[in-house]
Amino acid sequence: MTKKNYDREETLKLGFAGNVVEKKVKLADDQAKPWDLDTKFQYAGKHIPRFDGLAKASGRAKYSYDMNFPGMLHARIVRANIPNGKITDIDVSGAEAIPGVKATMLLKKVGDRVRFDGEGVAAVCATNLEIAEDAMRAVVVTYEKMAHAVIVDDASKDGAPIVDKGDTNKSPESVNINPREVSEDEINKRFAAADAKVEATYRTQVQTHSALETHGGVAKWDKDSSGNPTLTVWASTQGSFSVLDGLCGNLKLDRSQVEVICEYMGGGFGAKFGADQPTLVAANLAKKAGAPVKCMLNRKEEHLAGGNRPDSIHHVRAGATDGKIVVFDVTNYGTGGYTGGAGARNIMIYDMGASRKVEYAVKTNCGPATAMRAPGHPQGSFVLEQVVDELAEKLNMDPIEFRLKNDRYPMRKAQYEKAMELIDWSRRNKKGGEGALAGTGPKKRGLGVGASTWGQNGNRDGTAMAVIINADGGVEVRNGCQDIGTGTRTIIGICAAEALGCPLENMKVRLGHTRDPYGPASGGSVTAPTVTAAAKDAGHAAKLAFLDKISKKLSVDAAKLDISLGKVFVKDDPAKSWNWHDACKLLGVETVEVTKERSDNFRANFSGQVGGVQIAEVEVDTETGVVRVIKVVAVHDAGLVIDRLTFESQILGGVIQGMSFALFENRVMDRKSGKMLNNNLESYKIPGSLDMPEIVTVAFDISNGHNSAGVAGLGEPTVIPTAGAIANAIANATGVRVRSLPMTPDKVLAALAAKGGSR
Amino acid sequence: MTDSPANDEREDLQNAFSRRRFLQTLGAAAAVSAAPAIANANAKTSEAEKITIPPATPLGEVKNFGPGEVDVKLKINGIVRTLRIEPRVTLLDALRDRLDMTGAKKVCDRGGCGACTIIMNGNLMYSCMLLAVECQGAEIETIEGIAPEGEFSTVSSAFAKCDALQCGFCTPGFVMTITHHLRNEKNPTMESVKQSCRGNLCRCGTYNRIFDAALLAATGGAGLPNTTEKK
Repeated sequence: MTKKNYDREETLKLGFAGNVVEKKVKLADDQAKPWDLDTKFQYAGKHIPRFDGLAKASGRAKYSYDMNFPGMLHARIVRANIPNGKITDIDVSGAEAIPGVKATMLLKKVGDRVRFDGEGVAAVCATNLEIAEDAMRAVVVTYEKMAHAVIVDDASKDGAPIVDKGDTNKSPESVNINPREVSEDEINKRFAAADAKVEATYRTQVQTHSALETHGGVAKWDKDSSGNPTLTVWASTQGSFSVLDGLCGNLKLDRSQVEVICEYMGGGFGAKFGADQPTLVAANLAKKAGAPVKCMLNRKEEHLAGGNRPDSIHHVRAGATDGKIVVFDVTNYGTGGYTGGAGARNIMIYDMGASRKVEYAVKTNCGPATAMRAPGHPQGSFVLEQVVDELAEKLNMDPIEFRLKNDRYPMRKAQYEKAMELIDWSRRNKKGGEGALAGTGPKKRGLGVGASTWGQNGNRDGTAMAVIINADGGVEVRNGCQDIGTGTRTIIGICAAEALGCPLENMKVRLGHTRDPYGPASGGSVTAPTVTAAAKDAGHAAKLAFLDKISKKLSVDAAKLDISLGKVFVKDDPAKSWNWHDACKLLGVETVEVTKERSDNFRANFSGQVGGVQIAEVEVDTETGVVRVIKVVAVHDAGLVIDRLTFESQILGGVIQGMSFALFENRVMDRKSGKMLNNNLESYKIPGSLDMPEIVTVAFDISNGHNSAGVAGLGEPTVIPTAGAIANAIANATGVRVRSLPMTPDKVLAALAAKGGSR
Repeated sequence: MTDSPANDEREDLQNAFSRRRFLQTLGAAAAVSAAPAIANANAKTSEAEKITIPPATPLGEVKNFGPGEVDVKLKINGIVRTLRIEPRVTLLDALRDRLDMTGAKKVCDRGGCGACTIIMNGNLMYSCMLLAVECQGAEIETIEGIAPEGEFSTVSSAFAKCDALQCGFCTPGFVMTITHHLRNEKNPTMESVKQSCRGNLCRCGTYNRIFDAALLAATGGAGLPNTTEKK
């Protein structure tokens, strides 16, 4: 291995129209210039239909849930039907006696604790799903029941039932003061002295991910040519390699024996990392039964045990003076179920002067929380954006003018301008509930705003791409990561084709096979910035290798050749050229195969964060309390836009999920029985077609210089500001604030009543 | 006692409890619940979108319905397939687990989301809410049948062109709903399209592009690319 020489220097033009900076970066000899504002693209930035759109829209795409094999067995998990207790007996003999039942396994043993209604206790598999369900019901589990607490208020009381271990359900408090030198005394003084003050309590609800494809997988054991066992698992996952690691650990196998496959997956939103219980059940039962096993959760199990976003209760004190926020003091707690962990993030988009954040979590007898699209952020933003709006209101300032006075980020300023124009912000009621937009009838309209940020530019972390060029002109890129629906497959293909110079229609991308080079788990919006840079780097490496190979046949020095727009040409004599297919034919029986590791991120760059602004228009029926979202304008940046079509779809999805969080979703727990009451998709509400507002998505182009592709993560920032924007729009429409999610008609009416009636 | 039916109705009810009548009623009841459910608080049925309740499915030659496995003949996409299954097997599970026709997705398994939508005798149905045995003799159309192999229907192509999908798991259900709507609505509009798919849920959040795709497909999909499969 020769040490790489990083002496080459290139100057990048970064930023966006009206705000351009030049930065110098050091590059390795074999590295192409990173993409910047001067790059002329053939494909990137256009609206390009995703590579797998037709496979999905024709029902031909095979998801893990869709895998079937001859002799495949179906597994079901036996779950606790009490919220808290100790197992005194598990009897699987009744299940095993049913014809067609092939294997059973225990997930808990006698004496173990169950900590929520729905916790896995045992598993069974049978020749078909119906028999497996019979077997599941035939397993007899007896418990020593214990008192339970399923909501924060019950679990945090003195003398509350203990949810899991220890002598309290409350985690220790963490206190963060920013800047550090500020004393608690100073926080109190600043609040006392502020011109405008807000002191209020805000609540957000528990939300379940409700991905349409449930958790689980299909496991199939085989033997390699030496007779050693091998395992293939088709998993519905956001982290193919983390599932691989989990399986290897659980089954004491080495990596060469296991392959995880996830070509298509039906949504995860943060709940599908690692080898989860149903996947491990499938693998273990398949081993025991000697046949392939499918174990997918059903909808009820998905709600109970598939993960959720913790709720939050925020007590806030905030103050502003002379148009500037001077203090933000918040105590926040919530529940992440029996495992605890319930942090909310009041992202510091704004300069807060001085802030104090006290936080703790309360355990409850509920299923464990998992990461959910921008963990902690939508709940924190719902609070923060309302607080900021209320301060502006009290200072008689326009909420956007106030935000800009407290936000140093230049991109968001440009984004506010764009969004204000697209929604016609001048229509906003100058006073909540009063104005032409609010009108004089029972249905009142208003406008509200929220801001977003994120900062994910990908990692090197061993991500690599394999590029294969065939003599027939076909190019295939391979990476073991997964496309969770964001369009990963497509942006890899576009970046590789762009860097290589081949026609896009010749490009195929194989994802989700862990025998291919490593790729990231899809969390933290890390995938796009990681894999696009890797695809660009690998596309460039493939180009060099390809030119080297065909140069000999063309008798031209490889350094004199280049590829662009589907043509190989001589740099100083561009008339001398070969189209892509003719050039590939020169390979004869050979192929070009290159595996290239992703390059590092650069230190010289434009901005550490991405921006994002959303403005919502709502209509509130003050007689029924029903809130309808009329229109949302969402302007987001995430570095270079690779595929404008999928970029816009990401924004659309963020807005719709954000609206769903704002108005509809709510896990309802019954305090007495400890059970979730709405464990389905008709009473756990997510919006449908008739709830859709007009949504205007703007992909705000920027060149950020963080990595060779200049791409940043987008998935998470798009879901953050929507609930706050809608809450602010409700306040603008009605003059009253709803400080609890979801903002359902009962809460709207209660807020109106507290203010003195519906009009 | 206020919930008791009047005496004359009670007599009718007793007559109704023959095995055959029970199964016929079941057919009708299942059909009602299998018709697109109203998934939204704001849903209202427009004149054009009135749900028609199909008549009880004819029972064909089958005399006994279990317990235990029975022969069930299903006509799917024009081809009759014979299965040996228990009467409790849903049409969705028959399609997915027995026939490896996995276009229809299992998501809620109780008529709440539309991911398993199929067309039966010209009616839009949730296949999770039908027992396979009661679908005998019916014309069943699944997403596998809306385009010849290697080709794509106009609706599927419009979905791909408009990026009317993200994870894609709800997509086959929406494609079936939109296909049915465009067959039955001569002048589709944004409003009629929204009404048509009120019984389908999408979690990634891509509804607005589904509406666009439906309206594009309604124009005949002129200029749609990607109508042949890229192998």
